Amino acid sequence: MAILVDENTKVIVQGITGFQGSFQTKRMLEYGTKVVGGVSPGKGGMEVHGVPVFNTVEEAVNETDADTSIIYVPARFATDAIFEAFDAGLRLVVCVTEGIPLYDEMRIHRRLREVKSMLLGPNCPGVISPGKSKVGLLPDRCFTPGNLGIVSRSGTLTYQISENLTKAGIGQSTVVGIGGDPMPGLTFIDILEMFEEDDETKAILMIGEIGGTAEEEAAEFIKRKISKPVVAFIAGRTAPPGKRMGHAGAIIEGSTGTAESKIEALRDAGVYVAETLFDIVKEVKRVLG
Amino acid sequence: MRLHEYQAKQIFSKHGIRIPKGRVAKTPEEVREIAEELGGRVVIKAQVLVGGRGKAGGIKKAETAEEAERIAKDLLGSLIRGHRVDKLLVEEQIPIEKEYYLGYVVDKSRRMPAVIFSKVGGMDIEEIASKHPEKIHKIYFDPLWGLHDYQIRRELFKAGFRGDEFRGMFNLIRTLVDIAFEYEAELTEINPLAVTKDGFIAVDARLNVDDNALYRHPELLSLRDATEVDELEREARLKGLNYVRVGGDIGVIANGAGLAMTTMDLIHLMGGKPANFLDTGGGLADPEKMKNCLLHVLKDENVKVIFINIFAEITRCEKVAEGIILALEESDRRVPLVVKLVGTNEEIGKEMLRRYAEENNAPIYFVDTIEEGAKKAVEIAKEV
Repeated sequence: MAILVDENTKVIVQGITGFQGSFQTKRMLEYGTKVVGGVSPGKGGMEVHGVPVFNTVEEAVNETDADTSIIYVPARFATDAIFEAFDAGLRLVVCVTEGIPLYDEMRIHRRLREVKSMLLGPNCPGVISPGKSKVGLLPDRCFTPGNLGIVSRSGTLTYQISENLTKAGIGQSTVVGIGGDPMPGLTFIDILEMFEEDDETKAILMIGEIGGTAEEEAAEFIKRKISKPVVAFIAGRTAPPGKRMGHAGAIIEGSTGTAESKIEALRDAGVYVAETLFDIVKEVKRVLG
Repeated sequence: MRLHEYQAKQIFSKHGIRIPKGRVAKTPEEVREIAEELGGRVVIKAQVLVGGRGKAGGIKKAETAEEAERIAKDLLGSLIRGHRVDKLLVEEQIPIEKEYYLGYVVDKSRRMPAVIFSKVGGMDIEEIASKHPEKIHKIYFDPLWGLHDYQIRRELFKAGFRGDEFRGMFNLIRTLVDIAFEYEAELTEINPLAVTKDGFIAVDARLNVDDNALYRHPELLSLRDATEVDELEREARLKGLNYVRVGGDIGVIANGAGLAMTTMDLIHLMGGKPANFLDTGGGLADPEKMKNCLLHVLKDENVKVIFINIFAEITRCEKVAEGIILALEESDRRVPLVVKLVGTNEEIGKEMLRRYAEENNAPIYFVDTIEEGAKKAVEIAKEV
């Protein structure tokens, strides 16, 4: 089954004629993702790697029957692209773009309450259901089909951990990067809920970071709603308070957002919190039996 | 980006919020002059961007201009929680009757803006919230519709505001929300909000604006230079590097924030101390990027060894190796490197580095896992 994307997912790429958009389209096609169209205002009629380009998302959806979009548009134009995708009625909108202003994100979330679309990101690497479909820029060779669901706030760290797991013979049902922004669309909780309902997923790995309260909220949810085993890892345990560590999300302020508070909440919810990357592999192996 | 108190106060004042009379000074003589202008009785406030400034001795009262000058001599150049004091805000002392709290925050968990106020001010709002949750008033509002008048009225009545105080507070809330939306603030606060016989006055001011929106506020960008303390961090920003100095002796370079933080965590776990956080971000296909990162970390004289942890994937590793070699050639420092390099053509990249290391007697160690790399770096740091 997998979650969010599978072999039937039809994808359009917003910003397909840009460098990133075009390059990642090629890689998604190589992986077997059904990329059915692209959007680039004023470039309708062109083709990129054999994929037809349209002027608007609406047109692309009407012509291709796509249900998912991935956005490779610079930060200043990404908010507009997200609204366009919502209005075209897409089921899933994946936004890779980093650096969208907070007040734009607030408006995006306000709109999300009124539409049927799900938003993954912004500032995320996307999602992969190994062997089925990839909507994002996750490196193929790190993943292999299996029964572990992974949800993460990080990019390269997720690749590294997935690669370790794959090398150890542990495959994944779906790997979801929710992104490093403080206000992500789909949250840990949303993805945990989907994994809980997914037959293919037997255990869940959650990769969190310092800053914000998403991990604490997820812990609370796990306690009440998740019956499958959950293993967690928190990056930034030793980061000093008051310093912004790259991601807009990863900042400790005052007493909130510390690694201790997250680890405590997760342990309290019965989650195994790994200390090292070795630990993750060991524990996941154990819970998968 | 967090603005200094004096910068936030200038913005507040421009929008009609009352602030104490005063100015910023950089020398004890200036402090004396300002204190004389203000009649001698002043408050001297270190302009450092740390919490708990008052408790750490960064806020002092003086009764005469001479005393103000003496205090300034002690404060200027001193460290407040690790931040060097190079500016002082000198203000008139305000006869305070009561202290309130007023703040605005974008609640990231609820994805909505909120106004928060309390008749208990002067300490951490977190502390008030945990000790007296009933004394905290919150108004969440729709970012599209904005804050309705009735929402403010309802909460003010509930909190027992009446008459002049009601009107004063109502206007303050309006103004603070206007400021927040105009500058795209993540957080803005008046704490304490002093009640005097002449009405409200903002004794302290905080304004944190969204970095991602700075391109829409060029006037704020010009304030930025004054807000960074660490010289290497300031330089990093000018070069566009995502660098934070932490103070240990093991330099860290990784691509990705999570990966960089994990590298630091594992160094700690193995008994070492990272010197910095540096996320190279994307764009490693250009060797200049890695070169700049490495040269920057080499500038930190405390660094005894550098752990370079790159999960390059798409990027060709020979480009990363080329960047490392360019930096080593340009720098006159010889610092051992621990390298974990994964990606396309990683063997070619490693071979380039191996050859360079042999020919130039430059110590470079290759590792396959982050754990192994952290351990190696800690060992080297202890030997040097």
